[in-house]
Amino acid sequence: MSDTAVKKSEGEGGLPLLETRSITKMFGGFKANDAVDFAIRAGEIHALLGENGAGKSTLVKMIFGSLQPSAGQIAWRGKPVEIRSPSEARALGIGMVFQHFSLFEALSVAENIALSFEDKLSRRTVAENARKLSQDYGLPLDPDAIVGDLSVGERQRVEIIRCLMQDPQLIILDEPTSVLTPQEADTLFETLIRLRDEGRAILYISHRLEEVQRLCSAATIMRRGVVVDACDPRKETAASLASKMVGADIDSVERTKALKFGGAALELKNLSAQSTSPFGISLKDISLTVLAGEVVGIAGIAGNGQAELFAALSGEEPQTHASSIVFFGEPVGRLSISSRRQRGVGFVPEERHGHAAVSALRLSQNLLLSRHASDSDQFLSAGVVASDALATTTARICEAMDVRKSGDDPVAASLSGGNLQKFIMGREIDRDPKILIVNQPTWGVDAGAAAAIRQALIDLAASGSAVVAISQDLDEIFEIADSIAVMADGRLSNARPASDMTRETIGLMMSGQFEAAA
Amino acid sequence: MEVWVSILLSICAASTPLLLAATGELVVERSGVLNLGVEGMMIIGAVTAFSVAQASGSVYGGAGAAIFAGAAFSLLFAFLTLTLVANQVATGLALTILGLGLSGMIGESFVGLPGLKLDAVAIPGLSGLPVVGPFFNQDPLFYTSIVLVVAVAWFLFQTKAGLTLRAVGDSHDSAHALGINVIAVRYFAIMFGGACAGLAGAYLSLVVVPQWTEGMTAGRGWIALALVVFASWRPWRVLLGAYLFGAITIAQFHAQATDASEFSHLPQWLFAIIAWATSLPAQFLTSLPYLATIVVLVLIAGNRRLTMINTPASLGKSFVPDR
Repeated sequence: MSDTAVKKSEGEGGLPLLETRSITKMFGGFKANDAVDFAIRAGEIHALLGENGAGKSTLVKMIFGSLQPSAGQIAWRGKPVEIRSPSEARALGIGMVFQHFSLFEALSVAENIALSFEDKLSRRTVAENARKLSQDYGLPLDPDAIVGDLSVGERQRVEIIRCLMQDPQLIILDEPTSVLTPQEADTLFETLIRLRDEGRAILYISHRLEEVQRLCSAATIMRRGVVVDACDPRKETAASLASKMVGADIDSVERTKALKFGGAALELKNLSAQSTSPFGISLKDISLTVLAGEVVGIAGIAGNGQAELFAALSGEEPQTHASSIVFFGEPVGRLSISSRRQRGVGFVPEERHGHAAVSALRLSQNLLLSRHASDSDQFLSAGVVASDALATTTARICEAMDVRKSGDDPVAASLSGGNLQKFIMGREIDRDPKILIVNQPTWGVDAGAAAAIRQALIDLAASGSAVVAISQDLDEIFEIADSIAVMADGRLSNARPASDMTRETIGLMMSGQFEAAA
Repeated sequence: MEVWVSILLSICAASTPLLLAATGELVVERSGVLNLGVEGMMIIGAVTAFSVAQASGSVYGGAGAAIFAGAAFSLLFAFLTLTLVANQVATGLALTILGLGLSGMIGESFVGLPGLKLDAVAIPGLSGLPVVGPFFNQDPLFYTSIVLVVAVAWFLFQTKAGLTLRAVGDSHDSAHALGINVIAVRYFAIMFGGACAGLAGAYLSLVVVPQWTEGMTAGRGWIALALVVFASWRPWRVLLGAYLFGAITIAQFHAQATDASEFSHLPQWLFAIIAWATSLPAQFLTSLPYLATIVVLVLIAGNRRLTMINTPASLGKSFVPDR
């Protein structure tokens, strides 16, 4: 008891438990973390906020020893330390619960826990200790169960118990609730509050703002590898936190373009879809009309149904009701990807490698893969690949989009992210699609390539095509969109003219309060 | 009675090399590596054992050299697949072809020479027993093979190092995240498998037929590989399987040489079975181990839980640690 009290008083205003001083991590020429200063004290739950790719994971991996900083320093209880491996981090008193579980499915709970101990505790002792800890913290677990048989929530319990067995002073949780049901999440919160009251520090990574406001007494917000703000989330609103994450400090773009649109190109009518994966988001009654010549931006924090919406639109997940998705008056909800492409629609998914392009194949082969059905007259003659036509078109796309590459037809993996994204975008635009649907058009792309891609989308719309851009980047949405709709928890707000929208209203809508913002 | 004892002893002799090689390969596959080069490592062991025994006059020297040669040969596989991240299936096949060719070249001058035979060692107290006595008067490698299975079973399921090895085979990414040196664990596992295969080869050229013939492993390496799958990666089932497959091999010899009428004194139903078995083509018996393996694979594949618990999930997958 008294021990806990001492630890607690240490935390109040004293030395931070852990501090990073101008820590920087370079991947090649890319700065994943740029001079990050961060401090966490004992007895606090500290949120690390930021969009995907903001550099949160990189920072945490350096703290946990899985990555080594390129520059800067980490201090533990005020003393500079070098953390060369996860086991060194554990020895210091840092524990981590991973987002993607690092458990061994074929092994039992006790075996999984025993693996993270360097010393030679007997399996029996480990099982006993684990059983005792799980009872103490109200996290029931059977040490002899095989992990592969456990539910996701139970697996997370194994991770937490494994972490607690080392008696860590700092516990890092990477998006712990992204895989939990609301009830499981509540149990987790009780455990976290208890751990905090014992004087431990908890670093809580999440982009679910209401959780952060409920749990955390401090927050560090990152964007593009830099710490942009540190605040007390209890004194902020969900909307203000959201705008800090996505970048409210950049000036809004003025829209002066005269708006003249054609008829309805794409219509969604009460589109609902049950998620096929246990961690996915179900789409709930989505309606949207996109006119010819219009760019509609769909904003929202990642993981609110954007991936599922794209899958429904592209035909990766065909719908039960054909009429829920309509292209130029024709119901297409049950058609396959190729049939939709043949109707003059183009798609650019979020994942460049493995989804939009096959990394190990050449650009021309990637071109053929996406357009073999819709442009079979160009690229196939009697089933034989027309190599010349492919080469000409590949060259034309690279020319039009200024794709920088080595050689005439390199493999996709050899291109930088920005150049590959330009190629993928060009591959669709080259077809003059009547409708183009893009998910995160410039995710992880350098500024120059991002500008080129945005310009291409605006030009395409100016030529009379309808464009739907799903993006987490509010700057991007304001730059290109004529109308903006917001996704939250699988629902989509009404699309409203971009000129009527402010960052504050969008921030409010991102937290699901569509009516309040209207 | 005498006949049955001698048949059972010959089954032991047929099963021991399978057991040695399969136990080694079991450890390799439990660490997540598929080494199809067992046949090649065995024959390298066989030719090394024979030639070193010839040159030094010591059969034990030959057996020791075979262990060393098998491990060294497997090190080539380990370097290619772990350090250079070459494809395991292709590299394993290449290892077999290389081993067969290399052993033929090394052993050219030994063809037809009479070799040294590893003598039986009687276990005091047990070898004198009636009926079971002869089973305790066999060559030392037979005893080694049995001890090896017990040791491997204990190692895999009772020790921390064995747990680490199984963890690496289940998910090399998780193991890496925990700070386990995946590559080092696999190097050791592969070399252990190579040593066992080398010893299995030595058994062929020092015990089964004490001479050198090109290609004398005659597909036993492949049977050992099938055996590991047949045993669903469990040491005790490898023991069972090795003796089952050994028995089938012996049955096939006897079936060819046996006239069913010799057994007419046996009960009607037993005679009927023997008559039916001897009427089958020999090729059918030869293929039985492989058929049995396919049946086991189908049975395992039908049960997701069995597959999950027994099959090393990263079997055959290359591991490249991130920065």
